Amino acid sequence: MKYVDEYRDAESVRLLSEKINSIITRNWNVMEICGGQTHTILKYRIEELLPPQITLIHGPGCPVCVTPIEMIDKAILLALRPDIILVSYGDMLRVPGSNSDLLEAKSKGGNVKMIYSPLDAIKIAEQNPDKKIVFFAVGFETTAPANAFTIFEAERRGLKNYFMLCSHVLVPPAIEILLKSEKNSINGILTAGHVCTVMGYEEYIPLAEKYKTPMVVTGFEPVDILSGLLMVIYQLENGNCFVENQYGRAVRKEGNIHSKKIISDVFEITDRKWRGIGLIPQSGLKIKSKYSHYDAEIVFNIDTTGFDESDICIAGEILQGLKKPGDCPAFRKECTPEIPLGAPMVSAEGACSAYYRYTK
Amino acid sequence: MCLALPGKVISIDESNPNLKTAKVNFNGVVKDVTVQWIDDLKVGDYVIVHVGFALNKIDEKEAIETFRIINEMVDLTKREGGE
Ligand code: SF4
Repeated sequence: MKYVDEYRDAESVRLLSEKINSIITRNWNVMEICGGQTHTILKYRIEELLPPQITLIHGPGCPVCVTPIEMIDKAILLALRPDIILVSYGDMLRVPGSNSDLLEAKSKGGNVKMIYSPLDAIKIAEQNPDKKIVFFAVGFETTAPANAFTIFEAERRGLKNYFMLCSHVLVPPAIEILLKSEKNSINGILTAGHVCTVMGYEEYIPLAEKYKTPMVVTGFEPVDILSGLLMVIYQLENGNCFVENQYGRAVRKEGNIHSKKIISDVFEITDRKWRGIGLIPQSGLKIKSKYSHYDAEIVFNIDTTGFDESDICIAGEILQGLKKPGDCPAFRKECTPEIPLGAPMVSAEGACSAYYRYTK
Repeated sequence: MCLALPGKVISIDESNPNLKTAKVNFNGVVKDVTVQWIDDLKVGDYVIVHVGFALNKIDEKEAIETFRIINEMVDLTKREGGE
């Protein structure tokens, strides 16, 4: 497949890894932000191609993992109401809330439907005029325009039974929290290519300068990851810290201006809790007040009384790159993709699921 | 969740100005994709698609440029490392 195969080419991979090996003189820690990149790294055993001086730190780029447990609990409560159909992306259905997950809510009679595209939520709303449809909308900037678009569509089609439970998060504030932390050991960053496809990379320029950390916008295939790493290591070895774009085939500096416009038309920036990490100021998106009649949190007053995280799961430290899945006592024992104790074991972007699938 | 895949545009439907769509071929599987935010889209272009929406057009020139930069870096570092 064009734009895929050539980025998996074994010869390019070999050359790039040789070059990285030949220029490195010191130890460097590089974080890949996006869980999709973590999966490529594990799947193609990229760490085995790297010199021992490079430590890859897996970042928090898993929207499903960082959705706060209170939001999952709210979604479960909504799903159990007889007048509601709750729809969301597949991964969300198995993420543990305090006592159960959405799939369990479904087995108890809750009406839960999995969708592939946010427009499916609109279709379901049109097909079920006697029900209220709540779309549990999560994601990073990548997914925000598509999710925002449903509110436009609902308005355009005059739908009165469509609502959104919105738990959107933004990447740059999370990067800043990690770089600011006393525990920070990150020397360079591969930023998330698809987030930047939408947003561009201007926001990262002041961050790279302020924290003296090179950042390379990077794609998701093995050649992308290795060339992103080569660019970061090259900068580090030469004492530079600017933003470079490895993923130019999809990412423009300014992003996609139409997508950015729909995000700012529908959503506004808010403080948001990240599961396992805590409250990050200005790191979320919420529905603007002019669209509050679509906001499920406002329309249905949903009472969740306290919440309860698993005692063994160390997802928080994993999402901050402080620990790896193998450090978790439950990994591959009590916690498996069949019976996940934490969100990183559920999501296709979670580090625990990547280690479960691709390591022995 | 940020998974997005490249596909080739095989037809474009602009009959609804609020919801421009295209048929996109992903390695033999054809899907309907919303292309509302892609300017100057033509049949034969590649787009990168996420949850049924095209995020951007793939820039052929930039794709070539990426490999040129890689080659240049590889050479550059070969010179520096080799001598
Ligand atoms: S292995 Fe399971 S319990 Fe351990 S951190 Fe990962 S998700 Fe949590």
